[in-house]
Amino acid sequence: MDLKPLFFGLFLLLFIGCKETHFYLSKIEGKQISISDSIATNNEIEAFIKPYRNHIQKDLNSVLAYSVGTYTKTDGDFNTAIGNFMADAIFDEANPIFKSRTGKNIDMVLLNHGGIRSIISKGNITTRTAFELMPFENTLLVVEMKGTQIDSLVAYLSEAKKAHPISKLKLVIDTDFNIIEATINGKDIEDEKTYYVLTNDYLYNGGDNMTFFKRNGGVHDLNYKVRNALIDHFKKVDTISPVRDDRFIQKSN
Amino acid sequence: MKRRDFLQKTSVATGALTLGGLGLQSFTTSAKTSQITILHTNDVHSHIDAFGPEDGRNANKGGVARRASLIESIRNENPNTLLFDAGDIFQGTPYFNYYGGELEFKLMSMLKYDASTIGNHDFDNGIDGLYAQLPYAKFDFICSNYDFSNTIMNTHVKPYRIFKKGSIKIGVFGLGIELDGLVDKNMYKETKYLNPIETAQEMTRILKDDERCDLIICLSHLGYDYSKENPNKISDLKLATATKNIDLIIGGHTHTFLSKPTVMKNIEDKNMLVNQVGCYGINLGRIDFYFDSEKNKTVSGTSIIV
Repeated sequence: MDLKPLFFGLFLLLFIGCKETHFYLSKIEGKQISISDSIATNNEIEAFIKPYRNHIQKDLNSVLAYSVGTYTKTDGDFNTAIGNFMADAIFDEANPIFKSRTGKNIDMVLLNHGGIRSIISKGNITTRTAFELMPFENTLLVVEMKGTQIDSLVAYLSEAKKAHPISKLKLVIDTDFNIIEATINGKDIEDEKTYYVLTNDYLYNGGDNMTFFKRNGGVHDLNYKVRNALIDHFKKVDTISPVRDDRFIQKSN
Repeated sequence: MKRRDFLQKTSVATGALTLGGLGLQSFTTSAKTSQITILHTNDVHSHIDAFGPEDGRNANKGGVARRASLIESIRNENPNTLLFDAGDIFQGTPYFNYYGGELEFKLMSMLKYDASTIGNHDFDNGIDGLYAQLPYAKFDFICSNYDFSNTIMNTHVKPYRIFKKGSIKIGVFGLGIELDGLVDKNMYKETKYLNPIETAQEMTRILKDDERCDLIICLSHLGYDYSKENPNKISDLKLATATKNIDLIIGGHTHTFLSKPTVMKNIEDKNMLVNQVGCYGINLGRIDFYFDSEKNKTVSGTSIIV
């Protein structure tokens, strides 16, 4: 008698009954597939994206203002037209918000030179311009600082040798980068006075080595993105024609 | 592309690979062999559209609509496919600025992602901004080392999940990067970061010993390797060598482009894989796991072809 079929059947039964524990990993194959233009577009996905894309394109292309010239962050040693514009613009937009919430005015503004992410070209300013100028999601903060802490901020600026955008603060340095004059709204900085400094969350958290914000008397988050402040400003003005001025200059000895 | 260039045998002596390959072929029609295909992306950063022809680095690459076609064709070829993302879905194009991640989640749902872990940039609109987009995600968020219990995300993120494909149980857990110093506290709020190695040990114990998973995958946003700049910092490579029972770490965060998946030895000296596919959706990672019945097991163990 041939018992082979019986044995086979028994074995099969045994195998099926215990299959959960009877697998082992025999082989692994790994590779990376490049998503290139040789892969066909899925039309359903494409059609789904289209209205979103069209809305964004339309909005980014909408004209908000006109720029008289082309402005770049490299057209000045200690202050630039584009930096002055940005610092003044965010002051104009943020100060009414801060005042309505606290009853106080913002005393000065500080941004960073590296944060100017593109040029402003002569011609139409669109929403896209604001995105190119400020692609990041940083928000505006007002930091309370004593005059003594403002001194550290001023010392940073005198040593940085960069056109970090400022507003309402005026600085004069000599050829050795020593501070000759430092005023806020035309007045000398008083050690014990509290100043309200408008900046963004990146710098407040020590970005660009701006460690002087660490010692502060409090911080007010305006929940207002830098880019949105610029967009709101562009919407309000017809034309921009910022200039390099005397807010931060170097005087020969 | 010459396939031979990518053949790298890691576990056994020369020759055994061919043998294993033959053995496999003879069983592909049998129910005893199972193939699990794992597809993965990381750090897509809102790159929904393909890069244009003018792009300096990634011209004509990427695009969700193309990724969809590719994934669909692989799924048709093998229904036992899982699709994962290793975090940083958000931030990088105006799609995120305008819609806050809504479109990213909707598209990932249409592509039938099975799960994603959470990257640091997924907090860019705050934990509330992430929570607000959850209704658009028809896939799971898996992160084992962020304790969300005192946040709005509580109960919306799973520490692990088990997927069953055919007869194979696949356990998946997730690891996020330390948020302190990387993300503003106002953004992540009361999210607590737990030690990734301890968490991984706990997860693999649950998935291997308790749940008896056949395959264990870690979705990691820790970053590939910091041995040069910061040797003490936990990375995917460090995690790989410090743990056991993880078969694959799908990484992210460091935007690392690898020519092929990295084969690592775990703490038990067993081979496992670490992979990452750069960023911006310009690549799709594909790892195929072949399971055979125990009776066909050879002394050669698992062969790895990358």
